[in-house]
Amino acid sequence: MHYGLGDYVLDITQNAVEAGSSEVAVELDESEEGFRVAIRDNGCGMTSEQRERALDPFYTDGKKHAKRKVGLGLPFLVEAIELAEGRWSLESSKGSGTKVEFFFPASNVDSPPAGDIPGLLLGLLCLPGNHEMLIRRSGPRGSYELKRSELSEAVGGLERASSLGLLKDYLDSVEYDE
Amino acid sequence: MAKMTLEELRKLREEKKQDLTRREVEGKEIQIVVGMGTCGIAAGAKQTFDAIVEQVNAAGLGDQVVIRQTGCMGLCYVEPTVEVAMPGMPNVLYGKMTKDVAKELVTKHLVEHKLLDDHIFDRPAADIMKK
Repeated sequence: MHYGLGDYVLDITQNAVEAGSSEVAVELDESEEGFRVAIRDNGCGMTSEQRERALDPFYTDGKKHAKRKVGLGLPFLVEAIELAEGRWSLESSKGSGTKVEFFFPASNVDSPPAGDIPGLLLGLLCLPGNHEMLIRRSGPRGSYELKRSELSEAVGGLERASSLGLLKDYLDSVEYDE
Repeated sequence: MAKMTLEELRKLREEKKQDLTRREVEGKEIQIVVGMGTCGIAAGAKQTFDAIVEQVNAAGLGDQVVIRQTGCMGLCYVEPTVEVAMPGMPNVLYGKMTKDVAKELVTKHLVEHKLLDDHIFDRPAADIMKK
């Protein structure tokens, strides 16, 4: 199992990016009730049979790693949510994309800590590829949106350490819309 | 730090660009790849990635170093794993690279050109492996 909420978000978003998506949307919504996350992509999607098997930790399609026998991303997430009595849903259709949505209640001691959200945002934006990513974060202080292509252009790419340092400073201080 | 808008971010980048004494980086680029599969994430690779970005910039190597994320590199038992490729040094796949080791990675490997012996987990060379 992962330690923090951000680890689950990064893990599932990486699946979305690796599904060959041209667009990935991540919503992070924090309230007094808890933390809701939605991750949508327009990648390869899954058939209903693949969808069921994706929840089995001892199943993987074998494409990413030839000899590996496990696929732990989604099973880890579902285990953590069930432990914390949260909610989750997984919608997918072959050829048009996948949506994973989940909620961890603030009242349950087993909900993972939110952790360093700007650090998470940096990790999400730096997932490799030419896709567009839209991130919307909302919470008690308001909300803001991030667009990967716009940020990449502003800091001069998302690979050089100097650019990533600037981006991290920005993410640490980004303004909320009231 | 004060709140920043996207426009201010662009401006800040331009300023930093102008401040820089143009260093010759052609052919001297250092590449760092952090394994960010489920196994890496569970072992703290996200924090490692952040710490490397911070330490590289603190050492003044920001313009010379490219940092990327990738999936699992096949060494799940010693995550987080970090691969480093730089001129004048062998390519190394380091394991157990927690955020606390990130500083050592920068000062020893990147600056002093010394290997972190306790963290090398690259596969043995093909010629010493029994078939």
